Amino acid sequence: MRPVALVVLVAVFYVLHQDVWLWRDARPLVLGFVPIGLFYHAAFTVACSAVLGLLVKYAWPAHLEAGSSPGE
Amino acid sequence: MIPAAVVFAYLALALYIGIFAFRRQRERPAENAAEDYFLAGRSLGPAVFLLSLFGANMTAFSILGASGHAFANGIVTFGLMASSSALIIPLSLFVIGTRLWALGRRNGFITPVQMFRDRWECGNIGTVIFAVQAVLLVPYIIIAVMGGGTTLAAVSNGLVPYWLGGAIVSLVVMGYVFFGGMRGTAWVNTMQTVLFLLFGAIAVGVIGAGMGGFSRAMESLLEAPATAPLLTRERFSPVYFFSYTFIPLSSIAFPHIGIFCLTARRVTHFRKTVVLYPLCMLAIWLPSVYLGVAANAARDVPAIESKLEARAELAAGGATLPAADRDRLRARASGDDVILRLVEGYAPLWLAALLGACVMAAVMASDSQILALSTMFTEDVFAYYGGKARFGEALQVHTGRLFIVLITIVAYLIALRAPQSIFDIATQYAFAGYAALSPLLVAALFWRRSTKWGALASTLWTAAAVLAVAAIQQTIPPPPPGAGVPVWSAFGADIVTRTSAGALVLGFLPVVPMTIVSALLMVVVSRLTAAARPGPATLGRYFQSPA
Repeated sequence: MRPVALVVLVAVFYVLHQDVWLWRDARPLVLGFVPIGLFYHAAFTVACSAVLGLLVKYAWPAHLEAGSSPGE
Repeated sequence: MIPAAVVFAYLALALYIGIFAFRRQRERPAENAAEDYFLAGRSLGPAVFLLSLFGANMTAFSILGASGHAFANGIVTFGLMASSSALIIPLSLFVIGTRLWALGRRNGFITPVQMFRDRWECGNIGTVIFAVQAVLLVPYIIIAVMGGGTTLAAVSNGLVPYWLGGAIVSLVVMGYVFFGGMRGTAWVNTMQTVLFLLFGAIAVGVIGAGMGGFSRAMESLLEAPATAPLLTRERFSPVYFFSYTFIPLSSIAFPHIGIFCLTARRVTHFRKTVVLYPLCMLAIWLPSVYLGVAANAARDVPAIESKLEARAELAAGGATLPAADRDRLRARASGDDVILRLVEGYAPLWLAALLGACVMAAVMASDSQILALSTMFTEDVFAYYGGKARFGEALQVHTGRLFIVLITIVAYLIALRAPQSIFDIATQYAFAGYAALSPLLVAALFWRRSTKWGALASTLWTAAAVLAVAAIQQTIPPPPPGAGVPVWSAFGADIVTRTSAGALVLGFLPVVPMTIVSALLMVVVSRLTAAARPGPATLGRYFQSPA
């Protein structure tokens, strides 16, 4: 994955956090007891983990480990 | 008395961990004494690094305050504070934390101020940054002493008075930080995080069963016009919601988090931390917020019913109530103890005991801040101004330990005399203050044209803005919920408004203009003072590419 695509992905996630489309809705209650707005943000949190996984996989700053010995 | 016994057992275990870490420390060579004490010898493994870093970020607010906020405001709490942090905190660890780690390892930095001094070739400006960071950190330590006193008094049914409870908690935290240094603190934080993770899952199951299922609770909330909005975000503006996404920027700028980033043995330990951090947020915050909301349906618990009555009275009386009555009703309606009340109402004694230990772990989360202050003092002041060269590294560690004792005694004495409300406000605005300091880290690591004068401008602006906002909150009484008092208007618009929960600037939380202006100052002042840019040798240590 190209770095630009990863930056765009993070930016999209930042926008997705502002879910104005669910602002006034409590229903449906997911599993019968979780309001949809809360479920959305719980799912968003899980998705964040996946996005960060992609960052770690495709944009890991490996050069930091190589040049981190004292005096290098 | 079982909860009190469990709490005391927890305190004893924390102290033992500190002493155990002390023994491990003594087995290590003396020439790296400071690095070993303040950074656990940069040797933390991946699991302890993740759990202790996460624990250092979880203050008492995450467990108690989050459920209290959700009790009053509903599901919005999770979006405001948890899901935004789940994206931004690990992202800042990935982008900034890994760079801090590498620079620390390569150049021997122990604090962020050491890096700032080196990066911008400055001395006294580093001391100004140290002073602002230190002042913003102190209120957390005082709040923790107060929380410890209140919690021990509550779990012992008043047998342990507030002053003694505060003293016991202070002594325990001081003990394991004093002996164990970073290693002891990281291990205790790890235990604390595991406890939080365990409690969240168990509490939801047990309390849900006690309430007769959460479906019934949610349906009853939706049926009542007063509680139905708690399951939506209709009472909050999207602008206010957006403002909160700036708060997690503070995390990486907190000195104790910056210092924690230097403790990992390898940079690859950040990988798991970055990916799993959001899931830890979910596991701790979702139960806290959900139980806080569900508590609104627990009318058969007398203490919760009393809170709901106070809230209804407050809403009905509105602006017509005298200020004193409003304050009294606000205090009665406060939901900070709502999980405790739910556990009392629906859970068996053993869960109450586990909760007691959790609450104690939450209020003891000041350990990282105490250690960070001590580390900063010994490295950024004592060592920088010649103490290390004159007296050696062993005395530097002794100075750090002495500082831990002094800061604990001072915090305890202040906690005995000052009202908690002052420090609640101070901690609230410390988040905004540290968020406004985050441009310093970004500029230092990623913008070669930044200068020490830009850094100074951002730092002074942050200090002035925090003071101004705190002064507005202290001098202008809060209006009733839903109303706003204009503090400063211009061109027909309300620029600064005092609301029931704090202050707003053009409808945004103060953190938004504070951070944006801080970043702008860094850019503008650095450009105006281009002659003060560091030399090629310094820039070469931070940037690979040519100018």
